[in-house]
Amino acid sequence: MDATDIDKSSNEEKRNLSLGGHVGFDSLPDQLVSKSVAQGFCFNILCVGETGVGKSTLMNTLFNTMFENDEASHYQNGVYLRPRTYDLQESNVHLKLTIVDTVGFGDQINKEQSYKPIVDYIDTQFENYLQEELKIKRALFNCHDTRIHICLYFIAPTGHSLKSLDLVTMKKLDSKVNIIPIIAKADTISKSELHKFKIKIMSELVSNGVQIYQFPTDDEAVTEINASMNAHLPFAVVGSTEEVKVGNKLVRARQYPWGVVQVENESHCDFVKLREMLIRVNMEDLREQTHARHYELYRRCKLEEMGFKDTDPDSQPFSLQETYEAKRKEFMGDLQHKEEEMRQMFVNKVKETEAELKEKERELHDKFEHLKRMHQEEKRKVEEKRRDLEEEMNAFNRRKVAAETLQAQSLQAASQQPLKKDKDKKN
Amino acid sequence: MTTNIRYKSRLVKSALEQEKQYVGFATLPNQVHRKSVKKGFDFTLMVAGESGLGKSTLVNSLFLTDLYKDRKMLNAEERINQTVEIIKHTVDIEEKGVKLKLTIVDTPGFGDAVNNTECWKPITDYIDQQFEQYFRDESGLNRKNIQDNRVHCCLYFIPPFGHGLRPVDVEFMKALHEKVNVVPLISKADCLTPGEMKKLKDRVKEEIEKLGIKVYQFPDCDSDEDEEFKQQDKELKESTPFAVIGSNTVVDVKGQRVRGRLYPWGIVEVENQSHCDFVKLRNMLIRTHMHDLKDVTCDVHYENYRAQCIQHMTSKLTQDNRIESPLPILPLPTPDVETEKLIKMKDEELKRMQEMLQKMQQQMHDQEQ
Repeated sequence: MDATDIDKSSNEEKRNLSLGGHVGFDSLPDQLVSKSVAQGFCFNILCVGETGVGKSTLMNTLFNTMFENDEASHYQNGVYLRPRTYDLQESNVHLKLTIVDTVGFGDQINKEQSYKPIVDYIDTQFENYLQEELKIKRALFNCHDTRIHICLYFIAPTGHSLKSLDLVTMKKLDSKVNIIPIIAKADTISKSELHKFKIKIMSELVSNGVQIYQFPTDDEAVTEINASMNAHLPFAVVGSTEEVKVGNKLVRARQYPWGVVQVENESHCDFVKLREMLIRVNMEDLREQTHARHYELYRRCKLEEMGFKDTDPDSQPFSLQETYEAKRKEFMGDLQHKEEEMRQMFVNKVKETEAELKEKERELHDKFEHLKRMHQEEKRKVEEKRRDLEEEMNAFNRRKVAAETLQAQSLQAASQQPLKKDKDKKN
Repeated sequence: MTTNIRYKSRLVKSALEQEKQYVGFATLPNQVHRKSVKKGFDFTLMVAGESGLGKSTLVNSLFLTDLYKDRKMLNAEERINQTVEIIKHTVDIEEKGVKLKLTIVDTPGFGDAVNNTECWKPITDYIDQQFEQYFRDESGLNRKNIQDNRVHCCLYFIPPFGHGLRPVDVEFMKALHEKVNVVPLISKADCLTPGEMKKLKDRVKEEIEKLGIKVYQFPDCDSDEDEEFKQQDKELKESTPFAVIGSNTVVDVKGQRVRGRLYPWGIVEVENQSHCDFVKLRNMLIRTHMHDLKDVTCDVHYENYRAQCIQHMTSKLTQDNRIESPLPILPLPTPDVETEKLIKMKDEELKRMQEMLQKMQQQMHDQEQ
């Protein structure tokens, strides 16, 4: 009650006072500027587009340097992201520029999972920042902010409409990052076709609810130029690192047998507009939007997932600390419970296997006994047979002897008979 | 004396023979010409490639007609799950008394969906269907009015935005190179500077050779052709794959009205040889090699299909009947597959039993010993 009273009174007490002389706090912006210049700026660009559509060349053209970039092959198995960090300096302003390339995007035959690595990368950067924010000992002002500030989506210049892959990917990305769609290799589309193409693309984006980045129109200094640029989206760009002599100047251009396409000529392509918007006017706004809108959205979703709420059922503001403690206890309890379960399972399994093994042992034992008995049986039978056989042999021998003696006797008797007859005859 | 007379008569004879030696079959080409003009020609051309590569524009430029009136282009949303369709446009065109029945087979939806696995299957099925239909017609009883719907040439459009062939290009050409004459083209060539174009052509040629894709090869010209022709032929072969530009609009260039594309920085002329290879493609496709394409389709691709088909039929028969049979005229009714399976199973079981018995005998033998 007391707190709200004080608030109300302080609101009423805010009055506008006029100054009597020059105080000097109008130098505050300058102090801020010199501080941030001393700190250095950092900017992260994500380039999404098919292989060979001109991402690296455009980056080289935009920043007027040659970032080392080897050509990617078309035969990657999946999409992977390749971040490269460069330190640039212009006048006395340092810029830490990170360019993230999508390698292999749009090359696979089945592109249903192509958007996943990109979304995962963006989420990881947000996650890193969130972790840093939640730490006890933070170093936010020192850490290298790797969150993606802008996604340049390169549309292939077919002249008809967006490709299905483009639509699907942009829908997945529009709530996570600022998207600026650009028509790449625009020197293949004539003026009338370009006009139709741009209208078709914007209408498709609108009808599918894709939210691309709108240049801010609330700051009077830039509102006019931003509003007119918004009407030129998507920018049709041509990139080139080669220089061609036009008139008596060397300009960056592409030389064809039928003419020369100058990169910085506004009637040839929208490169100048893109550079204005992206770098010279709205870079800071892009960073702000990333932090204030996309990062906050991510943070809110993530924390809600973990179970945090802003107010508890009694509509008392929740302290993060208490919720954190409660969550932690719950988590530890869960862990212990799971451990117990696993231990139980393990013990049960061990018992089961032991029982099985015992069973098997017993069976083996039984078998062994059984076999032993059978063996003994067999042995006995064989012994019996042997004895029988021997008896038979003996019997046979006896009979043989008996037969022989009988034969011998009969022979003797036969030889005695004729003697007797002779004797009778003599008498 | 007699010899002299004979000699004289022979002299007289040879003069007459000279006249008689002209038989007159040197007029055969003229007769063929007359007959073919009367019969008319037909040609089936297939165009394949992703949406937005300029296929329709090129076809219009090639045949100088407007084949694609009021086309409905699908939105990106509708194309997420699009399947490939086959659409045929047939037109009859005439030039100097020669009639041509031109069929353009279009393949909208190829490569447009998010998941393009096997998106070339409807196309290969279509080509096989045409072969099958011709095969059946050819083997039929009444062969007077066979309609030849076989695809004679397939123009495949490679996007110029990449660094070479992409996996979907490779898979498509591999699936089709043995069924139809594949002519790869680099489309929308007005986005490449001459240096880039050469690099891309070399890349594509290298990859085609490395991956063993058999694209249509121009026949070597005879050795008795003149040097100029041979030179032209060599140039033609070296500039494949052709980098083409098409246009539906006519622009004014130095007082002449030509087909071209108007840009703020210049005008691209479709028929200018230093701008693109459109003229080479047109000459090759229509003026010199149209008949060769048809011949290769009939003699090579169709014969391959036919041989495969017949081989498939005979192998199926020998498997089922287990006898050597000569060329089948009609496919016989196949015996019951189920009983076959049962017999095989029983055979295997028997074998197993025998093996087990043997093992047991061996064991007993060992034990006794």
